[in-house]
Amino acid sequence: MDQTLKADEIVREVKRAGIRIVVALPDRMTSEHLLKPILRNPDFRVLQVCKEDEGISICSGLYCADQRALLLIQYTGLLDSMNSLSRIAVEGQNPVCMMVGLLGKEPGVPPAQSKRYGLRIVVPILDVMGIEHHLIESSQDVSKIAPAVERAYANSMPVALLIGREPA
Amino acid sequence: MMKRDECLKVLARRRSNEIVVAVWKAAHEWIHISPSDLNYTFVGAMGQGASHALGLAVGRPDKRVIVLDGDGSLLMNLGCLVTIANAAPRNLVHCLCENGVYETNGSVAVPGAGRVSFTGLAREAGYAKVYEFSLLEDWDRALDRILKEDGPIFIDLKVEMGEDYPEDFRRLYSIQHREAFRRALKNA
Repeated sequence: MDQTLKADEIVREVKRAGIRIVVALPDRMTSEHLLKPILRNPDFRVLQVCKEDEGISICSGLYCADQRALLLIQYTGLLDSMNSLSRIAVEGQNPVCMMVGLLGKEPGVPPAQSKRYGLRIVVPILDVMGIEHHLIESSQDVSKIAPAVERAYANSMPVALLIGREPA
Repeated sequence: MMKRDECLKVLARRRSNEIVVAVWKAAHEWIHISPSDLNYTFVGAMGQGASHALGLAVGRPDKRVIVLDGDGSLLMNLGCLVTIANAAPRNLVHCLCENGVYETNGSVAVPGAGRVSFTGLAREAGYAKVYEFSLLEDWDRALDRILKEDGPIFIDLKVEMGEDYPEDFRRLYSIQHREAFRRALKNA
């Protein structure tokens, strides 16, 4: 099994999902090989935010304007955005599609079994909130992205795509 | 100092087909003063109105988007001033109803009430135009011209409570009304 995660494959899959707007706050795990190429890619418009919860609202406004978007953040920002996530994305039934870098997750270890407390609680919190989530850790996982985004928009519900290793 | 509802009525008289994003007290008043399917009140969390508006403004650059924000709300999301100025949507008008208190939560003063310069913050963040009004006749006289200008525009409206309007949070956050907004926007 291919244990690498290729950034260009992720970008291709994001485009296949009809996304052309990326709302982002740099995450050390994804900024070099994912965010920086997206910033240079003329196919995308990037809206940089100062705080992750802004991004949840921006994506919701874009949804009402019939535009798909991806919120690219780190898991710490996800944890910092609980109120917006619960009130705006879940209760507000907004299909906020989040790509969340799990900085520091041990390769091959499920997030819930990480030695890091902050990482360990991400999946249980998403489960409690009823938010669909997928671990994207190898090339085989990348094909989950577009269908997950489609389901999010079809059901008007958020989704979290958890990036489990640094894309190359 | 202007009565907030009088201030909003001035805006309502100029409204044609703009999207209006309104929060808290201003939202309760606005849905009565200017009822429309293009009223967006589904902000969900305090401080997030301007960020929803940015998404709408970027998603529909052909439509003018007006935010009716509060000072307590804006203080909760000050970074949005920089985010909005950086994205530079020409169609966004950010109105701040500054009353110096958390009116919905018992009218306790906001931190820095009367000392913080919101126009200063917006100007330094990089808004294209910044205005401040404390007299209704000045606001009334300037609004036509302002609404023709390119944004992002920031307008600090010095207000106090006016007439009492009924609170209806269920209406403000109703998914049914949000879907009506989406349909209306699609056809607008």
